[in-house]
Amino acid sequence: MPTFTIVHLEYLSWAALWTIGLSAIAFLGGGLLGFAMALARISPNRWVRNAAAVYIQIIQGTPLLILLFLIYFGVAILGFNRVPAILAAGVGLTIYASGFLAEIWRGCIESVPKTQWEAAECLAMTRWQRMTRVILPQAVKIATPSTVGFMVQIVKNTSLASVVGFIELSQAGKVINNSIFEPFKIFVIVAIFYFAICFPLSTWSRSLERKLNVGRR
Amino acid sequence: MSYRFDFLALLPYWREFALGVWLTLQLSAVATVLGFALGTLCAIGRADGSPWVRAVIATYVEVIRNTPLLVQIFLVYFGIATLGIHLSANFAAVAALVVNVGAYTCEIVRAGIESIHKAQLEAAECLGLSRVQTYWHVILRPAIERVYPALTSQYVLLMLASSITSQISAEELTAVANRIQSDTFRSFETYIVVGVLYLALSMVVRLGFMGFGLVAFVRRRKLGTPL
Repeated sequence: MPTFTIVHLEYLSWAALWTIGLSAIAFLGGGLLGFAMALARISPNRWVRNAAAVYIQIIQGTPLLILLFLIYFGVAILGFNRVPAILAAGVGLTIYASGFLAEIWRGCIESVPKTQWEAAECLAMTRWQRMTRVILPQAVKIATPSTVGFMVQIVKNTSLASVVGFIELSQAGKVINNSIFEPFKIFVIVAIFYFAICFPLSTWSRSLERKLNVGRR
Repeated sequence: MSYRFDFLALLPYWREFALGVWLTLQLSAVATVLGFALGTLCAIGRADGSPWVRAVIATYVEVIRNTPLLVQIFLVYFGIATLGIHLSANFAAVAALVVNVGAYTCEIVRAGIESIHKAQLEAAECLGLSRVQTYWHVILRPAIERVYPALTSQYVLLMLASSITSQISAEELTAVANRIQSDTFRSFETYIVVGVLYLALSMVVRLGFMGFGLVAFVRRRKLGTPL
């Protein structure tokens, strides 16, 4: 009966890199889409605003697992035979992240005091100038701690990417477990890997919160 | 793109979908109640316990919040089996969800407890309230009322996350869906239906919490203002 060896540890380390890579894709993609959605959510046009609200409601009201299944089977329906797993997983997590980041950022943009918006308007700034010169620089500061906090959620949720055939940390753990069957040991090690990725992010988020003193604004 | 959607093929399975919804509701209700109890106890321990207790609870919260639920479920299900105790998938699912949501609840309730003004505690002492009375009337009830919206969101997320327990084939909505799609080969339609069901469930759960909040928090019901 084989046991857990350094080879397995090496395999897990590679898988951890894939977890980090997938998280980065999801964060960047989700950030771009989420930012667009956050802006759409405060658009003066009622239709745009409502459409964005419905999008966010749907993403936040369905499990990521179902979203991933839909993408996995939807891709086949669209007529593609083989889509790389990283693409399917990346798209799924991007959509997921955008729904949550949009709502976080909308809150941050709207929490910039009303007087700032009015002052910018009084100075005859265009909408674009008001956003880029006055509101966003302040909103970014408010948004940083919770955004970093949400990165932890993204890293943890990449563990579901295995359902579209992507091999990341927890899938790698399952693969090893199938060959040596020592689940407790393996999944404790997998958990330690995740902890090593997430804990620094959590700590960073908390220290940012203290430093930027968001709660007391 | 020559795919023809066929939702009618799923119609004969409506009973199973309904059963799945019911099972998911049950699973999340049990996990919510037990997780809330565990989390609140931990929050009290963290605010008022000995340094040892505090350290243990802090570690528990950090470990749970920084590892994925999927791995926690595997650890509970497979891990405990290697110790020679056999758990049913559903039991393991509930246990993992409770441990998971307990940590989040602890953080949220702790924030509520910390928001109670010190003068309130002094006033309670002056009125000669016992420790238990102080905790119940002066600390916990206002604290929980204040963080109730955050708790609601967390428990809606819990309900959605319970779909992950299908990975150890616990019986709930997603597991039912997996079975139906392998019966009918109508995978896409099945998951669309299930997605819509989850969406409806999350709204129902949110409404349920709102209703419960109105019943439980007399002050809010009468005054209609946030605490």
